[in-house]
Amino acid sequence: MLQGSQVSRIHRCIMPSSLLRAVDVYGRVYSLSTAGQQWEHCRDAHLEFKRVTAMQQCCWGIACDHNIYLNVHASDVPIRYQEETYENQRWNPVDGFSDRLLPSDRWQWSDATGLNHQPLSGFQLPSENWEWEADWYEDENFGGELTEKGGWTYAIDFPATYTKDKKWNSCVRRCRWIRYRRYKSQDAWVKIPSEQTGALPDPFNDISCGGWEITEEPRGCLALWAVSLQGKVWFRSGIHHHNPEGSVWEEVPVPGEVVQVSCGPGDLVWAVLWEGHLLVREGIGRDCLKGTSWVTVESPNPGVGAVHVAVGVNVVWAVTKDHKVWFRRGVNSHNPCGSGWIGMVGEMVMINVGLNDQVWAIGFEDRAVYFRQGVTASELSGKAWRVVSVSRDSDRSHSSSSANSLQSAGCFFGGEVRLESQASVVSDIDPDTERAVGEVLPASETEVTPKPRIPKVTSDSFISELVSDREGQIGRRDVSAPAAGPSIPEEESAEKEAEDRGSPAQVLSPSQSGGLDPQWSNVDLEEAQTQTSGTAGDTADTSSLSSVATYNLAQEEPYGTDEHQKWAWVSGGGCAVDSHMQLNWFNSSASTALNCSMQAMSLSITPAQTAAWRKQIFEQLSERSKREMENFTHYEQAIEQSVWVKKGSMQWWRDWKPHKWVDVQFALEQFSGADGSKDGILFIYYTFNDEKKYLHSFINEVTILVPVLNESKHTFAIYTAERTKQRWPIRLAAAAELEMHDWLALLSVSCCDSRGIQGPPSKQAIWSITCKGDIFVSEPTKELEASPYPTACDQMFWRQVGGHLRIIESNSLGVVWGIGYDHTAWVHTGGYGGGFFQGLASSTDNIYTQTDVKSVYIYENQRWNPVTGYTNRGLPTDRYMWSDASGLKECTKTNTKPPSPNWTWVSDWTIDYAVAVGTDREGWQYAADFPASYHGNKTLKDFVRRRRWARKCKLTTTGPWQEVPPIPLSDVTVLPCGPKNTVEQVPLWAISNKGDVLCRLGVTSLTPAGSSWLHVGTDQPFKSISIGAVHQVWAIAKDGSAFYRGSVSAENPAGDCWYHIPSPAGQKLKQVSVGRTSVYTVDENGNLWYRQGVTPSYPQGSSWEHISNNVRKVSVGPLDQVWVIADKVQGSHSLSCGTVCRRLGVLPTEPKGHSWDYGIGGGWDHITVRGNAMEAPRIKMPPLTDNSSHQTSGRGPLQARNQPEMNGNPVGC
Amino acid sequence: MADDKDVLRDVWFGRIPACFTLSPEEITEREAEPYYLLLPRVSYLTLVTDKVKKHFLKVMKTEDVEEIWFEYEGSPLKWHYPTGVLFDLHASNTALPWNITVHFKNFPEHELLHCASNSVIEAHFMSCIKEADALKHKSQVINDMQKKDHKQLWMGLQNDKFDQFWAMNRKLMEYPTEEGGFRYIPFRIYQTMSERPFIQKLFRPVSPEGNPLTLGDLLKELFPAAICVEDEPKRYQVIIHGIEPLLETPIQWLSEHLSHPDNFLHISVIPAPSD
Repeated sequence: MLQGSQVSRIHRCIMPSSLLRAVDVYGRVYSLSTAGQQWEHCRDAHLEFKRVTAMQQCCWGIACDHNIYLNVHASDVPIRYQEETYENQRWNPVDGFSDRLLPSDRWQWSDATGLNHQPLSGFQLPSENWEWEADWYEDENFGGELTEKGGWTYAIDFPATYTKDKKWNSCVRRCRWIRYRRYKSQDAWVKIPSEQTGALPDPFNDISCGGWEITEEPRGCLALWAVSLQGKVWFRSGIHHHNPEGSVWEEVPVPGEVVQVSCGPGDLVWAVLWEGHLLVREGIGRDCLKGTSWVTVESPNPGVGAVHVAVGVNVVWAVTKDHKVWFRRGVNSHNPCGSGWIGMVGEMVMINVGLNDQVWAIGFEDRAVYFRQGVTASELSGKAWRVVSVSRDSDRSHSSSSANSLQSAGCFFGGEVRLESQASVVSDIDPDTERAVGEVLPASETEVTPKPRIPKVTSDSFISELVSDREGQIGRRDVSAPAAGPSIPEEESAEKEAEDRGSPAQVLSPSQSGGLDPQWSNVDLEEAQTQTSGTAGDTADTSSLSSVATYNLAQEEPYGTDEHQKWAWVSGGGCAVDSHMQLNWFNSSASTALNCSMQAMSLSITPAQTAAWRKQIFEQLSERSKREMENFTHYEQAIEQSVWVKKGSMQWWRDWKPHKWVDVQFALEQFSGADGSKDGILFIYYTFNDEKKYLHSFINEVTILVPVLNESKHTFAIYTAERTKQRWPIRLAAAAELEMHDWLALLSVSCCDSRGIQGPPSKQAIWSITCKGDIFVSEPTKELEASPYPTACDQMFWRQVGGHLRIIESNSLGVVWGIGYDHTAWVHTGGYGGGFFQGLASSTDNIYTQTDVKSVYIYENQRWNPVTGYTNRGLPTDRYMWSDASGLKECTKTNTKPPSPNWTWVSDWTIDYAVAVGTDREGWQYAADFPASYHGNKTLKDFVRRRRWARKCKLTTTGPWQEVPPIPLSDVTVLPCGPKNTVEQVPLWAISNKGDVLCRLGVTSLTPAGSSWLHVGTDQPFKSISIGAVHQVWAIAKDGSAFYRGSVSAENPAGDCWYHIPSPAGQKLKQVSVGRTSVYTVDENGNLWYRQGVTPSYPQGSSWEHISNNVRKVSVGPLDQVWVIADKVQGSHSLSCGTVCRRLGVLPTEPKGHSWDYGIGGGWDHITVRGNAMEAPRIKMPPLTDNSSHQTSGRGPLQARNQPEMNGNPVGC
Repeated sequence: MADDKDVLRDVWFGRIPACFTLSPEEITEREAEPYYLLLPRVSYLTLVTDKVKKHFLKVMKTEDVEEIWFEYEGSPLKWHYPTGVLFDLHASNTALPWNITVHFKNFPEHELLHCASNSVIEAHFMSCIKEADALKHKSQVINDMQKKDHKQLWMGLQNDKFDQFWAMNRKLMEYPTEEGGFRYIPFRIYQTMSERPFIQKLFRPVSPEGNPLTLGDLLKELFPAAICVEDEPKRYQVIIHGIEPLLETPIQWLSEHLSHPDNFLHISVIPAPSD
């Protein structure tokens, strides 16, 4: 229980909230936020719904008019669709180029192929939910290059290769016209026209959407299944990111009458037949969301048919006619039918599976919404049902007013008001709880509301009946809304915690449960509870008897005597709940407000920081110190300070050949100087030729400690400036991960102490990230950017900050944003530590749980032979049939492990189609031989093929980072500020993972997360962006061309239009960074380019000048300082890839500098110096004639000369 | 804003100025000067008074010296309580420095434990930590530690090494996030008015409903008299490390931050000064 990563101090999991949706028996749609404590009525449209099916971006529903409605949630990034058409012209000697084409030619206006006639006037909005963004215009961008005005591209004839240059033989030309349409009906229920279905004979009765995990992100296809009243099944085709409404209903033949269908996020689709059997859809895949055929699965109970089914990614739950709940074993993508049924506790009318296979249900007896507690990837069936007991927003006035009055009266410790909530923890059905909940509601309301008729039939007809005679009830109910005064139940409600922790396979037979006396079981339960809490404590596993008993209590409770929420349908498809997430759903309404304030006092949520008790303790402690120590400082201390030594056994990567791991004794000696300063020495004791020797290093010379977790060893690297020059750190391996973390935390504290560094990183800090996603921060000094003699960057001290990121950007106002491997955006909370830095090396108030997900890839390789075609039998000289990308290492599905013990698999192996240059339908790429250039379609010359398999793994750690939902990002940039620059709103731009350009509003140094995104339209997806000190915004499109955004200023933060900047000849740009005035880009071949001729009046500049090769990434700061991540840096012992380098000799008069200075590496992936605006005191010096020895001068300095050695990249690239 | 970690430092580095005087009953060769010392609040009297002993031995004959013990205003001071607790219990609200009388004779066998060497203190300290972890984690954390880790805790206390101690002690302060706290809070309530040495019971940091419990909740259950009733004069002071935390302070937070190195939250309840 208390091992390793599972235990952590209180790191709150601040996850972005998401919504659970439910329909009550009156057809009103409510949503409940994972962060909230009450049901919010979705008041838009005066519609009542029968059913809803939700996902994160949208929600579908069947309204009482039997029409299908769609509600697309508003997002900062609009849904835009680019329409395109081509204007074609042919040259003739008389008119020159004109629209007079030859009779054999294509249409004057056509699609890209020329086969279809597409005049501008032919484009219609698909529905009234769309609007045009602007008029048609010519696209002047041609594959990343700028065409002449008008956007014409030329060719000899149609169809042919088009070029942007007009040649002597160019006889035809064409121009691409584009126009955007935008989906406008967001956050509103819009009717999906059913005209197309035409022949639809009967109204829809059930609906279920899913399938979003089948296709990869940019396509974003959705599957929507519907069932008509006559039992026919329909599939809505063509729903994807750019077409939320889909295009047409297609009937799917079924071998019987279907009553209900359920579609999971992946490829599971199950349906229930009228006679009680179940259907499983097979053949669902990336190219066929609809699937191909049905397979029948018997009802869980041969005598009692199924009435409801719910599927997730790897689970299937069902309900039979007797309301029993069943869980299907062994379901997964390869075996969608599963292997067997397990009966579960509880009686439900319907079940819904949401994200992460979390489960919600509606109880049969009480029509309450239940949440299945304890559902994890390893225990998909969960542990117990827990009733969701929160108030609706309409009920709120009573409960909150009563709670408030209590609070203001200061009754926290009064005798009469009990703080304990009324049965807030209930598992399974418990009548006492319901009564308690019910009693909170005013009595008057109870009287007026008529009893809803609850016929004991299947959920379907139940809802239909309710909906049909709903009108009068609602009318009357509304009248009764204002309520009598607050009432707090005074009687003791039995607190029962009869958690059903036993086997999930408990099946209740009716005879058994019916035979028990509720009164007796009640008493028994209480006793059992006291007993367990008195003795065994945590082992409070109640016997199966107690769960039977609790469960059975409900039988005599009549309906309708109290008016509690009665629900008809619930959908968790848009609700992201994690097993370690704290939900506030399970308290009764009366105690909600009290609980809330209690929590605020106790947990270290931000208000708690200002809580009176905490303030009191801080104040009193400092008073105490003053009182007891101030006048007595001349007294002698009872304990004298001395040296403290910590020792341990480790393995050390020997400095000399043959390099190998040798056992060593490791010791850290710490001592305090007379002035209280601390320092230490590291000793490594080893044996060489039977002689005992040691190696030592002063703690104050250590520049960085880098953890290098890999599959086999728990190692870390210790660098000093000297060892950075050598590219040869001290590498040590601890016996266990925990031991390594202990040492790292201790050494880190010791290093920080010796350098007097403590607390959070400064606003000026330089941040960097390794290729493992580890985050390091360095405090710059004024001398760091001094010219001509700056502090060498191998002297910089880096300390680690918890968390896991791929990209980090900052500015000197302390706004720091990061992006994870899974594209999640994170903002720095101002804290430090986290991860394995617990206790003293970490701040406590602003450390949160952080997760990241990335894919591990392996390749399946095959060779063609004339007899059997492609097989996994290769030539003896071939690579492994399962390998890494290089083919050098064997990587099979079973032997491939997550990158380090910190990562765990979260998916199965799947074929990866999102490979550059494309694949065929089965994911194969073809080539003439290994290794060669691959292409996505098979040709006659191909003899080998490969395909990539991906498997997702997840890391959970902690750090001073808070998620910025909901839009995933691929790049971010913050305006660099000069030393005196004060901006109120900090401009922050980003690129979404779909390539949209976004501008963040509301970012200040106090609210670094900002408030919302402003979408900035582009004609194509972008991949990199950077803003300079005077609001000059540069961006790189996915096709490798550069763009400059015109007219961006503090007043006009989004600017007005993009200017296309041609890229350096033949190069596709990859990344851009803009400092005070300098603009640098990196291309895909690793060249670093400087933009010449940039002036205030002509900010676009004139041309690109080559600065260096072997550059991976560039960061230009507010002083125009240029730092890069470079490859192939030669050290005296070894070569390193991914090294932090700084450009030397950068002056206002010479922004390009002259040579490089090498810092920490290899294995580094990212750096940002954009926070460092500390200008060095100017010293006038005669120009330098020679550079110091370790600075290689000139361009292309980053060349390898010697044989690289293993040690250069301890972090690995 | 001050961080919770600062509390740990403040607690650790709490010092009480003490003036040690030799009891007049002791036979000396010449007059003994009083000895002044800053005593760590979280340590044990006999662990930090080597200098005191040496000082007074200089004026005494070896044959007159038996086991050293300390007394304040007639009460023998129990060395096995942390020094700060002794001070809060017996001498808060008095003028500083704290006047402690040193005895080398007439050891009060019925009131004090013998303390022949530091290993006795170490054994006592470690048994407290183990007991505390039994309450907090069913002993899982302390049992997972190695012998040298235990030594590190003790050496940290003995040598007043905050970092050394807390590098290990933080593990004892961990708990599974979902449980919201320790299994039970290790605490002891001391009072001067009673013969009982101290009150100690099983007490969970979180109510069955999941609400964090407070110092007030603890006292209500175990020492209701300590809670001051409205409109009545305050009868008792509830003191931890020389301060009086508010009753709404969560008990889990107190246990994590205001526990002594032995991992117990030592709470002194003393009569409120009359004015």
